Amino acid sequence: MAVVFDKPHALTDVPMHYCPGCTHGIVHRLVAEVIDELGIEGKTIGIAPVGCSVFAYNYFNCDMIEAAHGRAPAVATGVKRSDPENHVVFTYQGDGDLASIGMAETVHAAARNENITIIFINNAIYGMTGGQMAPTSLPGQVTQTSPYGRDTKHCGFPIKVCEMLSELEGPEYLERVTVSNVKNIRNAKKAIKKAFQNQLDGKGFSLVEVVSTCPTNWGMTPQNALKWLEDNMLPYYPLGVYKDRSAKEETK
Amino acid sequence: MTTQILLSGFGGQGILFTGKFLAYKGLLADKNVSWLPSYGPEMRGGTASCSVIISDEEVGSPIISQPDVLIAMNLPSFEKFEPTVKAGGIIIADSSLIEAKSTRDDIDVYYIPATALASDMGKQSLANMIILGKLLKVMNDFNEDEIKTVLSKVIPPKKADMLDINLKAMQLGSEN
Amino acid sequence: MADKILMKGNEAIAEAAIKAGCMHYFGYPITPQTEVAAYMAKRMPKIGGCFLQAESEVAAINMVYGVASTGKRVMTSSSSPGISLKSEGLSYLAGSDLPALIVNVQRGGPGLGGIQPSQADYFQATKGGGHGDFKMIVLAPSSVQEMADLTVKGFDLADKYRMPTMLLADGTMGQMMEPVSLDYEVKETVDKPWATTGTKMEREHNIVTSLFLKPDELEDLVVERYERYKVVEENEVMYEEYMMDDADICIAAFGIAARVAKNAINEARKQGIKVGLIRPITLWPFPVVPFKKAATHVKEIISVELSMGQMIEDVRLACECKVPVTLCSRTGGMIPSPEQVLEAITRANGGAK
Repeated sequence: MAVVFDKPHALTDVPMHYCPGCTHGIVHRLVAEVIDELGIEGKTIGIAPVGCSVFAYNYFNCDMIEAAHGRAPAVATGVKRSDPENHVVFTYQGDGDLASIGMAETVHAAARNENITIIFINNAIYGMTGGQMAPTSLPGQVTQTSPYGRDTKHCGFPIKVCEMLSELEGPEYLERVTVSNVKNIRNAKKAIKKAFQNQLDGKGFSLVEVVSTCPTNWGMTPQNALKWLEDNMLPYYPLGVYKDRSAKEETK
Repeated sequence: MTTQILLSGFGGQGILFTGKFLAYKGLLADKNVSWLPSYGPEMRGGTASCSVIISDEEVGSPIISQPDVLIAMNLPSFEKFEPTVKAGGIIIADSSLIEAKSTRDDIDVYYIPATALASDMGKQSLANMIILGKLLKVMNDFNEDEIKTVLSKVIPPKKADMLDINLKAMQLGSEN
Repeated sequence: MADKILMKGNEAIAEAAIKAGCMHYFGYPITPQTEVAAYMAKRMPKIGGCFLQAESEVAAINMVYGVASTGKRVMTSSSSPGISLKSEGLSYLAGSDLPALIVNVQRGGPGLGGIQPSQADYFQATKGGGHGDFKMIVLAPSSVQEMADLTVKGFDLADKYRMPTMLLADGTMGQMMEPVSLDYEVKETVDKPWATTGTKMEREHNIVTSLFLKPDELEDLVVERYERYKVVEENEVMYEEYMMDDADICIAAFGIAARVAKNAINEARKQGIKVGLIRPITLWPFPVVPFKKAATHVKEIISVELSMGQMIEDVRLACECKVPVTLCSRTGGMIPSPEQVLEAITRANGGAK
């Protein structure tokens, strides 16, 4: 019998713990497909964050390391520098991990143009701990710790990571994508593949921000969550390439 | 036998370097030695001091409370440490910068206008080496061959051309 | 002695680490240990190693965690306030069973404290390097030569027992120069099948983690780790005894305090007072046996420390309170003088002047 659809080799058989409708599963699969297609599973080392995707180390078939909250880019730096020629290193981080507690590690890894790949899941909320305000929660967004909606006068504004990092000389490639529909998923995969290819080509720091949903903590059905994402998240976090140094140099 | 040498002056006067010379001299003579600097944010202009211990025995504490020898290169150092010198001990003081005189009669104090002599040589930063030459002379330990060997150890290869002028300063110190 | 050179303690650590095969160093500037970083910055690029100045101590220890995960020898160094920042990483290293060398050239605390030498991080190093049930091997050098020797030893022990090892020095040890010989023939003999260096598609994936949500599973792991600690306690204790055979009074001191104490002991011996020294070289595992033995023939143990009295608790535990254990100390960056220690010895001898 012909197999028409299969799980990527880079994913293990461990059942994922993610909630129904969560987009982590999609992004995991995209990363795994890219690892398969590039044939790099045997030399890839992934760094899992603290957050909902903490157990990512159980789901990827490559060697995996669990980092302290926010420290994945620093850990990735160590792993990459321990054998720059032979290690392919990626981190997989959420918004609290990457843009709050780990902001210093993120910015400095970018500034160093550390030759690593970062998959950044932005769903505007802390999922694992039960739905608290994230550094990317939208103005007015209701969460457990902003029960009256995010008051920007009280706790400031969401951080636009790609825009912010694009001001740095360091990073090679920054793109924001989403996985809200088939077309967007295809684009997301293209971006993730490029982020890995850049590392293989020695080009440096490549970050793909994936605007994602959290139906459980947003308190919505999966379908409504995707609609809320398109109506509210995308206007605030526009999709697109924020930096692509090599492409820019080629067009010169 | 154990000799405890305390060197003190302004940062930038070469206090630590002078101490290093004495420590290396001890090392090359197969002695046990320790060299301990004061350290802190005052890199230039603040107080710098350095404790050197040269001993036939294992060196215990590297900290000196009662020196056998005091090299004082500014007034605050002289005033602070002159009373701590062991009876029978030696002080070498840069009289260009220290107008005060010791009132003690149980120690030997030598005054040498090291900074003025160094200025005459055209290089004020050699005052420490002039004092060092004086000290070795006073201790009956001025041996040119040995000095050259030690200098070649403490002067980095990049600055090897500085060896002669340092030796010259030490000779000048031994003659004054 | 011709093969010896004069080196600062901090530089001796750095060169010894390189000789021990450590090709990766991550650090952040802080007095009085910055010479370690400066030395590494100069040497590493010339030998194909990696020196990287991290954005913070927190980042540095996590870079160490990354390299340690791949099984390579790696180190970081800092001073007291910086070690507090690294304590997160120390806990994770211990919880993931990763070997690494961490150097603490202590300064006065708490808070920003001062920059002068201190031993006030004894508790932090031996009792609580971070959250959770864990231990680090803690080595306390008392000379520049030991700074180097214990650095090499530290890497060996870390590999052997898969645990972080701390070199606990102080500002004087870091800043002073003494003759040192660095002739080491280091062979790394420990296999590291757990290292995350890529599966090469030849084995199951390795996972380095400290997360175990099932409490029974976590308990088993911690208990297993403590079994390993027991082996360390049985085999790796190091200490020096000085004039203890006939001693009526015992000084307990490590690092710079032990050197000050030796001066006082020599002086006291001249006065006919029978006093000796037990100098722990491993602070964990603590040398319990020699203190227990001493308690059978001395009338008092004096703990000489650069703190308000931290090691003294372990000394009391070791001698099971069979003899009085008293404290002779300075803190905040001050160092007890030999005269102060001698006074304590004289008092203990019953001849308070």
